[in-house]
Amino acid sequence: MTTKLETLPTPDKKSGGAGKPTNHRKPRESRGTLAFSRAQRGKSLMKHGILILAGGLMIYPLLWMVVSSLRPNELIFREPGLWLNSLEMSNYTSGWSALTHPFGHYMINSAIVVIGSILGNLISCSMAAYAFARLQFTAKKLLFGIMLLTIMLPFHVVIVPQYILFSQIGWVNTFWPLIVPKLLATEAFFVFLMVQFIRGIPRELDEAARIDGAGHPRIFLRVILPLMVPALATTTIFTFIWTWNDFFGALIYLTDPDMFTVPVALRAFVDSQSATSWGSLFAMSIVSLLPVFLVFLFGQRFLIKGIATTGIK
Amino acid sequence: MSAISELSSITRRKGKATAAEKKANGRDNKAAYIFLLPWLVGLVAITIGPMVMSLYLSFTDYNLLQPPEWVGLDNYTRMLSDARLHNSLGVTFTYVFVGVPLQLAVALLIALVLDKGLRGLPFYRSVFYLPSLLGGSVAVAILWKQIFGTTGLVNQVLAMFGIQGPGWISDPSTALGSIILLHVWTFGAPMIIFLAGLRQIPHMYYEAARVDGATTLQQFWRITLPMLSPIIFFNLVLQIIGSFQSFTQAFIVSGGNGGPSDSTMFFTLYLYQKGFGQFDMGYASAMAWVLLVIIGVFTAINFIASKYWVFYDD
Repeated sequence: MTTKLETLPTPDKKSGGAGKPTNHRKPRESRGTLAFSRAQRGKSLMKHGILILAGGLMIYPLLWMVVSSLRPNELIFREPGLWLNSLEMSNYTSGWSALTHPFGHYMINSAIVVIGSILGNLISCSMAAYAFARLQFTAKKLLFGIMLLTIMLPFHVVIVPQYILFSQIGWVNTFWPLIVPKLLATEAFFVFLMVQFIRGIPRELDEAARIDGAGHPRIFLRVILPLMVPALATTTIFTFIWTWNDFFGALIYLTDPDMFTVPVALRAFVDSQSATSWGSLFAMSIVSLLPVFLVFLFGQRFLIKGIATTGIK
Repeated sequence: MSAISELSSITRRKGKATAAEKKANGRDNKAAYIFLLPWLVGLVAITIGPMVMSLYLSFTDYNLLQPPEWVGLDNYTRMLSDARLHNSLGVTFTYVFVGVPLQLAVALLIALVLDKGLRGLPFYRSVFYLPSLLGGSVAVAILWKQIFGTTGLVNQVLAMFGIQGPGWISDPSTALGSIILLHVWTFGAPMIIFLAGLRQIPHMYYEAARVDGATTLQQFWRITLPMLSPIIFFNLVLQIIGSFQSFTQAFIVSGGNGGPSDSTMFFTLYLYQKGFGQFDMGYASAMAWVLLVIIGVFTAINFIASKYWVFYDD
C-alpha cells in the first residue's frame, strides 16, 4: 500500500551514517523588506514561546519529582515550586533500605534480566532477520507474514498458557520466563527492524564474499553483522528500556521478594508505605528512572531513527 | 517501510513470485531454517502453542490445581452477564477512543510546529520524546498517583489560584481522565513518526500552492493532511492496538484494584484479576480471546475505513 510509508528513512542505506532523510525543504527565504523579516522573527519567537511553554509543562512533573525527592517529606504536599532551600538526602538513604533487601539488590536483578534479554534479542533476532532478508526458502512469505502478525499480537492471549508452561517447568520465581522468550526471538518487532536494515546493505558485498568461498554463517558473521551495528544498537537500547520498565511479566512470574526486579519492588514499596513516605518513594522512583534516562541521553540517535523507520510505540 | 505496509504488500503480491525467486527457491532451505531455528521454536512453543492452548482453555474450567474441565461455551456465556466485565470494556473503550485521538492530535500539532527547520529542533524533540520512554514505568505511574492525588501537585497549583481541586484519582468521575492524560503525555513517539513523514512531503507542492495564492490553512488541509494521511493511519492502527493492552498505569494508579468503584478497571486489569488473582484461568483465557477479536475487528475497520480517507500519492 503505502508509498509514503515505504519511503520513511531507512537506517543508513550504505554502511556509514549517510542515511539521513532527504530534506526537500529549502532554507527560509532571506529576501524581503525589514517588515517582512520582523514578521518572520516575531512568528519564530512565538513558536519558540509555545514550544518552551509546552515542553516545560511536559517536563515539569519529572523535574518536580526530582526536586521533591530532595526535600523533607512534608513539603511534597505543600510545595509545587522547584526551588530548594536545603538538600535532603535522607529520602534516598531511607528509601534504599525500605524493603526486605537494599534497593541495589532489585537493580541487580533487573540488570540480569536486561542483559539476558539484550543478548537473547541480539542473537536470535539477527539470525532470523538474516534468513528473511537474504535467503530464499520454502514458505518464506507465509512465515514472514506470520512474523509481522506476531508483532501486533496482544501479549494477553498467550500469557495464561505461558504461565502454566513455565510454572510446570518450575520456572516461576526465576528469571527464565523473562529471558528465554527473547532468546527465541519472540520480540518479532526487532526481527522486522533488522530485516529492514539488512535490505539496505548492498547485496554485492554478500556476492563478493560468496565468490571468495564464504558460506552463510560466514557471510552473516563477517559481512552482515558488522554492517548492521546501528540496528543492533537500536535493538539494544529499546530492549534495555522495555525490559527495565517491564512490569506485567515480572508481576506474574516473580512473587518472591528475593527475585523482584525494580518495577515490582517499587510496586511493593507503594503498597507497603503510608502516605508519609512519599519522599523516599520518589527517591527510589528517580533511582529506577536514572538508567533509562542515561540510555536515552546517550542513545537518542538510535532511538529516534528506530522509531522513525519502523514506527513503534 | 512499516510492518503494516509490508503486510498488505505481501497479500497483494501473493502468488506472483518472480522468475529469479522461483529459480532460487529451495536453494538455501537448510541454511535458512538453521538461521530461523530460534525464532521457529519460539513461534511454536511461546506463541502459537500457547494460543491454541488458551483457545482450548477458554472452553474449560481451570484453576491450575485440578486438570481443566470442559465446560463448552460456559465462560463466554458467563461474560454476557458479567457486569464488571461490561464496565471494564467501557473503561477500555473510553481510554482508547479518547486517549488515542487526543494523543495523536497533540503529536501532530507539535510535529507541525517543530517541522519548519526550527532552531534547537533536536533539543525540543528530546524534551517531547522523553516522556514516552518513561511513561510506561511504574515510577511515572507513582508520580501520577501523587500529582493527581487530593493534596498532589495539580491541586497545590490550583490552590495558588484559590481553587479547591477534587481528589482526581480518588474520584470515580476523574480517575480515568487522569490516566488518559498520562497516555496523552507520551505523545513523543508518534510525534517523531509524524516528523519523519512531514519531511517526505515535496516542497514544490507548497511552492505551487503559494503561487496559486493558497493560505497557510488551505495548504494544511489540501497538502499536509492528505500527504500525511498514510502516517496518521499508521499511527492510529499502532496506537489503538497498543492502548487496548494498557495495564501498568491503571494497575499502579488504582493500587491494583481498578478503583475507585471500578472506574479504572481496564479490561486487561480485570483479566489479570480473574487469571492471576482468582486463578480462574478458563475465564481469563476466554477474556483474552475476546480482547484479540476486539482488537482484530477494530484493526480491520481501520483498514476498511482507510480506503476512504487515506491518500496515496502514486
